[in-house]
Amino acid sequence: MTDMRYLAPSTLDEAVGAFAAAAGAARILAGGTDILVQMRAGMVQPGLIVDIKKIPELTGIEETADGGFVIGAAVSGAVLYEHPRFGEVWPGVLEAINLIGSTQVQGRASAGGNLCNGSPAGDSVPAMIAAGATVTVQGPNGRRQMPVEAVPAGPGRTNLTPGEILVSFTLPPRAKGASDAYLRMIPRTEMDIAVVGCGVNLTLKDGVCTAARVGLGAVAPTVLLVEAAAKALIGSKLDDAAIETAAAACRAACRPIDDKRGTIVYRTKVAGVLLKRTVAIAADRAGRA
Amino acid sequence: MAKLHISTKINGEPTEFLCDPNDSMLDVLRGPLALTGSKEGCGSGDCGACSVMLDGRLVCSCLMLAAEAEGHEIETIEGMAEGEKLHPLQQKFLEMAALQCGICTPGVLVASKALLEKNQNPTETEVRYWLAGNLCRCTGYDKIVRAVLDTAAEMREATR
Repeated sequence: MTDMRYLAPSTLDEAVGAFAAAAGAARILAGGTDILVQMRAGMVQPGLIVDIKKIPELTGIEETADGGFVIGAAVSGAVLYEHPRFGEVWPGVLEAINLIGSTQVQGRASAGGNLCNGSPAGDSVPAMIAAGATVTVQGPNGRRQMPVEAVPAGPGRTNLTPGEILVSFTLPPRAKGASDAYLRMIPRTEMDIAVVGCGVNLTLKDGVCTAARVGLGAVAPTVLLVEAAAKALIGSKLDDAAIETAAAACRAACRPIDDKRGTIVYRTKVAGVLLKRTVAIAADRAGRA
Repeated sequence: MAKLHISTKINGEPTEFLCDPNDSMLDVLRGPLALTGSKEGCGSGDCGACSVMLDGRLVCSCLMLAAEAEGHEIETIEGMAEGEKLHPLQQKFLEMAALQCGICTPGVLVASKALLEKNQNPTETEVRYWLAGNLCRCTGYDKIVRAVLDTAAEMREATR
């Protein structure tokens, strides 16, 4: 075992300083449900672990004055579930995060970790992309914002630059008649990795879809924002033809792999099926929102 | 490797220990602290045999660094009975033979207690989903689920 140091700074500046100074030998610890497994398996051997859970900005949930939400990158699924308002406003994002792992994993795992782990199959990522969420990252050169879909770079990789730490997610204010949903396909009933994951966020006005975003997971090296699918939904009354066009756009966006969980053909077909089912749930919720 | 000095509270008792930075909480519980009730099944957060409560929240102690315990409170299976008096869940698991080899049992009990503290009247489905992270290779789960439901009913009755 290599020498590893553990730091739990109470300020973001301190965390960024230590993380950047370690120049690639450091790893961030939020819930630890990925990193500790990777360390144990010998996949990574960090020289420094920076535990970010003592930094208030990374563990808080704030409903902003305009009705948006800012969620600290290290907030666990269980804590987010217990928030009195979040699940009402963003049921799709919440259900996606809460699908990750067991009760025990929910007690620790965060949306920030799910995004930074860089898995194309991370459940929260398609829902965050559909939500139009942005992330705040802070590094040695200061702060910047980026859309969630710009974070993943490929399996296990992100576009964060050396020394940058994911600080928080910002979810925009909600229009009336807006809601979202997330569905994933797994071969079991629970606790598995998505074969396909689909997040849909839409706004309905007098039965017409006035805004939509679609995120698709586990069908490409990164989670995808499928703009062509959203375009097919916007302006429609979510009739069968519009939804079939959107489903076809999802199938066309797929660049999946064959693996033990599903073949290329299967994943591509399921992407279209899930789009239809997820739109139906989001539309039903939007009709009541 | 420099040892870390950690101050925490375990089962209500202020506790201090030394650990390596890469020790898991489970390593320290089972090693220096000699609290061997928590079991190591998988070491990767899949089986739940190492379940403990961290500040009142159910977690896998194998997926937590021991250093993270600094300033926090941990409850293990050793804190479940009050002296010789078993917790109603423990009593019911014995009565209904809701265990066979026993490796998963401490984790199942800690997780079940956490459920009943949040939800005094869970449905069978809620019990099964809540305990989905506690694997048992012996019982087939039915006896465990029935024991939890029976305990919940008795505890509700007792508080009426």
